[in-house]
Amino acid sequence: METTDLIFRIILIVIIFAISLVVAMYSTYAERKVAAFFQDRIGPNRAGPWGILQPLADGGKMFLKEEIIPTNATPFLFIVGPSLAILTACIGSAVIPWGQKMIIGGHTFDLQVTDINVGVLYIFGVVSLGVYGVMIGGWASNNKYSLLGAIRAASQNISYEISMGLSIIALLMLTNTLSLREIAEQQHGWHWNVLRQPLGFVLFIVCAFAETNRTPFDLPECETELVGGYHTEYSSMKLGFYLFAEYINMFISSAVMATLYWGGYNYPGMDWVAAHTGPALGPLIGVGVFFLKIFLFIFFFMWVRWTIPRFRYDQLMDLGWKILIPLAIANIVLTGLVSTALTHFGF
Amino acid sequence: MESLSNKKKVLEVKPLNFLERAYLPAIMGGLATTMKHFFKKPVTISYPEEKREFSENFRGMHSLKRDENGKERCTACGLCALSCPAEAITMTAAERQPGEEHLYREEKYAAVYEINMLRCIFCGLCEEACPKEAIYLDGDIVPADYLRKDFIYGKDKLVEAPLNQ
Repeated sequence: METTDLIFRIILIVIIFAISLVVAMYSTYAERKVAAFFQDRIGPNRAGPWGILQPLADGGKMFLKEEIIPTNATPFLFIVGPSLAILTACIGSAVIPWGQKMIIGGHTFDLQVTDINVGVLYIFGVVSLGVYGVMIGGWASNNKYSLLGAIRAASQNISYEISMGLSIIALLMLTNTLSLREIAEQQHGWHWNVLRQPLGFVLFIVCAFAETNRTPFDLPECETELVGGYHTEYSSMKLGFYLFAEYINMFISSAVMATLYWGGYNYPGMDWVAAHTGPALGPLIGVGVFFLKIFLFIFFFMWVRWTIPRFRYDQLMDLGWKILIPLAIANIVLTGLVSTALTHFGF
Repeated sequence: MESLSNKKKVLEVKPLNFLERAYLPAIMGGLATTMKHFFKKPVTISYPEEKREFSENFRGMHSLKRDENGKERCTACGLCALSCPAEAITMTAAERQPGEEHLYREEKYAAVYEINMLRCIFCGLCEEACPKEAIYLDGDIVPADYLRKDFIYGKDKLVEAPLNQ
């Protein structure tokens, strides 16, 4: 690896890390604003113009609050829980292709931290590690309600991971690759996978809602039934990390959905734009389009939150096991039949 | 039996059809409804800067009125105290001395007039009982305070400001 390439990679890692933190920070603000607009209110508007300093104020509050570690908690695990949650949320961004390859002064810069050929598997592995943060947090609190909340959260995450994995298999049958870069490249222009896999996308987005613990599947933090769920005993920034991890997860899963199904950085007419703007600026426009898609998905997450009420726990499990998994399997069979028919009979 | 009002609706519980069971159309409808609200004008009133007007018949803090010459109307007849169901009003009557004609309208006036705002239920019966149109509940919301004794409002807080000040 060349030195310039190495330096570029390090800069890219720092930038992506900063971006995902800032996006998560401002998602909390956006969530409050969006919630306000959906409820005919104004929302935070006191800290700075239009309240844009609100996340900083919230962060400051989180840091300055008293930090409590319960007497009977396991101190080490108690701290590891939220750290794991935020770590697993952050490292998912490593394989996401943020844009096309950029060419500046003869050098090719890859707008992706690392293009591993098992990118999809990596994402799934990281996402499933997120359960540990929740589970350890609930266990280390030494509080039976936290533990119950953690078990609920863990079983929900595991159940929905199955149908998520199954829904992605149908997509992989079409793409024949696990590399996110290649999947994004295959959707060049407007050949977006959502057009070939509409059912798969619906299944995937439902599972993504459950995986990120967003409404209507936000049962891990059901105040009315479980005090606070797995993070009942947490205070100050350790609680903040759990909440923050949720927003980073939302950002990463939006990026994954945009990459897998909605064409990533591709948009109709991109070749024409690239030819007119050059090999350095063209990919940057693609990055802008990619972020636009991500923000639309984040907005969709919030939109759904203020529309659909929370599921009951048994309904949640019913939906996951009795509906989504059979549908995902049917989707696989359907995809196999159609693609075989297409290749063999040449329709 | 025939319903008298003709408004009775018999509820039919039909099994859900496929689209209804699939949830998704209903969810789309819900999303459309919330999206409509996204573009509505907010109804928020930013309180310290903007204040909402009270309605015409709002009953707030009491005030003891003066007449057109700036004399106190109250004659300490005690009807307000008598009509008060919460027994919040007390007063001490005094006789007007020569040279005080410009202060009090009649020969008798209230030397002390106190309303315990912790007892007052803002029913407005004092207003109705007053034969001299001396007391009205036309003020603002009674402000909060730290000590119970500060909620006993005397004439200093109740009497209207003099006319030409």
